[in-house]
Amino acid sequence: MAETIPVGHAPEHAHEHHEPGFVAKYLWSTDHKMIAMQYLFTGSAMALLGGFFAYVFRSQLAFPGMSVPGFGLVSPNEYNALITNHGAIMIFWFAMPVLIAAFGNFLIPLMIGADDMAFPKINRLSYQIFLLSVLVLFVSFFVEGGAFGGAWTMYPPLSATAEYNQTPLGTTLFVTAVALEFVAFLMGGINFVVTAMNSRAPGMRMYDIPIVVWMIVLASIIFMASVGPLVAGAVMLLFDHNLGTAFFDPKRGGDPVLWQHLFWFFGHPEVYVVLLPAVGIVAEIITVFARKKLFAYKTVLYTAFGTGVLSFTVWAHHQFIAGIDPRMANVFTITTLLISVPVAEMMFVYIATLYGGSITLETPMLWALSFIATFLIGGVTGIFLGASGTDIYLHDTYFVLAHFHYTFVPIAVIGTFAGVTFWFPKMFGRMLDDRLGKIHFWGTVIPFNLIFIPLFVLGVAGEHRRIWDFTQFPELSAPWMRDLDKLATLSLWVMLSFQIVFLVNFFWSLRRGPKAPKNPWASNTLEWTADSPPPHGNWKELPTVYRGPYEYSVPGREQDYWPQNVPN
Amino acid sequence: MIERLLPAASTSATEIDFLFSLIFWLVGFWFVLSEAIFFGLILRFRKREGRKAQYVTGELQSEKRWITVPHLLVLVCDVFIVFFAVRAWHQVKQDLPTAPTQQVVRVEGAQWAWIFTHPGPDGKLDSADDIRKVNELHVEVDRLYHFQLTSRDVLHSFSVPVFRLKQDAIPGRVITGWFQPTKTGEHDVQCAEICGIGHGLMPARIHIETSEQHAAWIAANSTVSVAAVAGR
Repeated sequence: MAETIPVGHAPEHAHEHHEPGFVAKYLWSTDHKMIAMQYLFTGSAMALLGGFFAYVFRSQLAFPGMSVPGFGLVSPNEYNALITNHGAIMIFWFAMPVLIAAFGNFLIPLMIGADDMAFPKINRLSYQIFLLSVLVLFVSFFVEGGAFGGAWTMYPPLSATAEYNQTPLGTTLFVTAVALEFVAFLMGGINFVVTAMNSRAPGMRMYDIPIVVWMIVLASIIFMASVGPLVAGAVMLLFDHNLGTAFFDPKRGGDPVLWQHLFWFFGHPEVYVVLLPAVGIVAEIITVFARKKLFAYKTVLYTAFGTGVLSFTVWAHHQFIAGIDPRMANVFTITTLLISVPVAEMMFVYIATLYGGSITLETPMLWALSFIATFLIGGVTGIFLGASGTDIYLHDTYFVLAHFHYTFVPIAVIGTFAGVTFWFPKMFGRMLDDRLGKIHFWGTVIPFNLIFIPLFVLGVAGEHRRIWDFTQFPELSAPWMRDLDKLATLSLWVMLSFQIVFLVNFFWSLRRGPKAPKNPWASNTLEWTADSPPPHGNWKELPTVYRGPYEYSVPGREQDYWPQNVPN
Repeated sequence: MIERLLPAASTSATEIDFLFSLIFWLVGFWFVLSEAIFFGLILRFRKREGRKAQYVTGELQSEKRWITVPHLLVLVCDVFIVFFAVRAWHQVKQDLPTAPTQQVVRVEGAQWAWIFTHPGPDGKLDSADDIRKVNELHVEVDRLYHFQLTSRDVLHSFSVPVFRLKQDAIPGRVITGWFQPTKTGEHDVQCAEICGIGHGLMPARIHIETSEQHAAWIAANSTVSVAAVAGR
């Protein structure tokens, strides 16, 4: 059994039924579900901040010279700081904490039939260090010189020399925040892998583990294997910036391209670190709402392994035009296009799962299906950038930006909404409103496409990202281009305003939603056999597993589902 | 496809535009097919009263064929794309062609401007008649140019969209590349790598001129440049 919560009472009363105090319950808990909620709420709050930043700089772009409501005029250095922190927040402080840490913490013990994580105190420490990284990042916005504005990729010499970036404290705090965040996720990752491998319920074999658990475990392993070079790089960058070393300073024998290798050796696998949990979530949802067994479970698993291995061989496609030996581009073109094979196969498997199903379109299913539909666009546009020849032109244009938003928005935003709407009854013991959920869905997905399809076109027409004001470029100020920019920005406003519908639905349902039964979706996996919400320790008696997680519509059975813990 | 949105004004532009169209149609085909099947399945297998979902494991070879065959076809497409991508890359980035009338220009990125050094009437760089211009590059149509690219401070990236050309500039290194303009005109040059507070404020222009226009420009500017150099 996991340890009990240190409730802060006298020892002789500790065994009695005391309600833990606020601090013990919400801040100092080692319960995996509470830590999941801490990550979920912190990550979501950061997403709102990142979204606000996007609103500010896109409004500046579409309406140059005008004051942005809620912010004011955007200066070039503020613009740089906004795009930098938007990117960093969305990846490091939203996608990772929500997809891996929140869902990993909530789902892994519940889905494998454990009472808690293998190391609950390390788990708590992981969140506390993450929170510290958030605070350090916040402080960086308010220091003298302003926040760091050298892009989330932090390329030196700009990031390594205060003379060049002119934001000395902001830069130091930004790099420190990123490094702290990685330490937090290393701790979390160790917990996920050890828990999933060692704490499974009796009877649960490797191939009985739900796909989403596998995916989070694989993502954690990829993260742990890729993050070392970047933490080392972050330390080197801090030394260059503050102590006068010259790891990345070419004037004194350093090499700025070294940073790019260290960064992208982490940075590209990072895409798969957040992708895998999202495709895991999607797998769980489509099987439940299509009442189907997951098509070729083992194939999904092997392709995820394959993607993980290949993800370490593709980093230099970010550096085709960075001054690396041109012959290297050929090798990295091959590895990059090769990674399209397992990812395409995964998508084919999901499409095949729908065949012969009995599909209902509740809100979580809409999100899961829209993941497939939009991620396909992200996938196919990646081919243009993996092919070295076209990357020469498209690199750092709005085409790249649109491409990775077509991968990251399905992963982080759609994946999160799919997961939250699906597991909300289990997390909070109440049902979300399905009608409001659908309004929010359409209000998000339609404008999302209207933001980024125009940006593909603008990218192909030669518009580069990270430029403060395009009206200085005669070709880029063509009226049709400025109109597309306005369309993208207005769509962003619409998309952001529809998030209010979600927030209303979320907080209203949290208090007033109808009580959720144990298993509202008639699902097979173990978390649905616990109470809604599950108490500390999850079950009075740990479940026993008799079969795989996706036995839906098995012939000869009256019910169309067959929970993992029900004996024959 | 690109040239509908932006003119193509160099020999490499043709090669890259071809590759872009090839990938567009190839992946476009797969994309449309996958989405059509995807939406088709959602419509066809919507829940109906009295109909139960089928039990398909996907573990049988006969079922797996439905994903392994498209999977192999994707692989074939990849090989095809790799071939043309590498070919384009060789022509644009890896091979450095030479021509009898070749010229060399120097491109320097700095916070926050582009500094272009043109050879003067003697046709050679690093001589007294060099013409140095800020944010203004003058070249002659149809002539082959080698550029020497470097940076004075941080990373910059020299991007000429009408040439489909882009190359990062790295302090401490001189990177040699080439271009051959095919059309006269005046176009934007952007910095494609974030380079500090003024990154969004360094627009430059490239002037592609006929040989007569170019000769006249050199004649008009070289003496000025000599005087400027002598005066420093």
